[in-house]
Amino acid sequence: MKPIATTRSATGTPTGRLAVWWVIASEIVIFGGLLGSYIMHRLGHPEFGDYASHTNTWIGAFNTLVLLTSSLTAVLAHQAAENKDGEKAFRLLMCTIGGALTFVLVKSVEWTIEITSGYTISSNAFWAFYYTAAGLHALHVIAGAIIMAFVAVDARQGRELQRVELVGIYWHFVDVVWIFLFPLLYIAK
Amino acid sequence: MATKKAKKKVSRKTSNTKKAAAKEHADHHHVDYVTVWKWLVGLLVISVVGPMFEIQALTLVTAFGIAVVKAYLVVKHFMHLNLEKRYVAYFVGTALVFMFLFYAGVSPDVMNHTGRNWSNVAAKQETQRVLQQIEAAKQSGHGHGDH
Repeated sequence: MKPIATTRSATGTPTGRLAVWWVIASEIVIFGGLLGSYIMHRLGHPEFGDYASHTNTWIGAFNTLVLLTSSLTAVLAHQAAENKDGEKAFRLLMCTIGGALTFVLVKSVEWTIEITSGYTISSNAFWAFYYTAAGLHALHVIAGAIIMAFVAVDARQGRELQRVELVGIYWHFVDVVWIFLFPLLYIAK
Repeated sequence: MATKKAKKKVSRKTSNTKKAAAKEHADHHHVDYVTVWKWLVGLLVISVVGPMFEIQALTLVTAFGIAVVKAYLVVKHFMHLNLEKRYVAYFVGTALVFMFLFYAGVSPDVMNHTGRNWSNVAAKQETQRVLQQIEAAKQSGHGHGDH
């Protein structure tokens, strides 16, 4: 027997997909609150601009490129799943997971450089926001990659192909959050 | 009898869902995802290059204006929000409205360090202290202030 989320569509939207959109709505409040707080502090504290000058724009830009590309492979996996090509969906999801791993690896190198240079979460309000926002986002990247691995394994065997779209929607949201984090933390100096 | 009616209802619903899925499927194929990705990368390049001119208005447009455009492209073409039932956009939009309400309510107290009958002494002192340090560091040629 299949779970109700994959078989029911009481609202005209498949229940599983509706659930993902609800998750995203709640995530908007979480990240929105955090980013909103950062923006008001950034505008109230001109010294934040000087602190932000220590972040590396090129690393941020590279990670943006990685996430945008992983979003492309995620949507192509969705397309493959719609065409019932589980094997192709699997390969494309693995590419997306590769993007997630690259992102996390680059982030850990970046953080190592920053922490060893003396910029830690307790240095000042800017770095507290920086590590909280980027860290919360990185946790979402890691969670997305783990869930995607389960979905990819099923997709390869032609099982639960609709989940490729669901995990894709979540992944694109993680990408959208980074699209806003990038200018806030790396460009506004 | 009641079971038959219920079955008919379910079958009609399934048929509608299938039709909607077929329409969605057709709509997805109108979008060339690689082209959307190329646009996103192009916009990323502009958002990095724009602020290099160090003109505040240009930075605002190229960094934040372009972020909005990039997010729109991802939400529309990759997440396919435009193909969902309208109420999905409404409740996602409601979450955004809550975010703006929070901002509108709290930001005046955070962005200003003084107001009517109140003063945030600690914030004011911290800002002044760091700005003075930055100024002193610039004058002595050491670059940025402390962290």
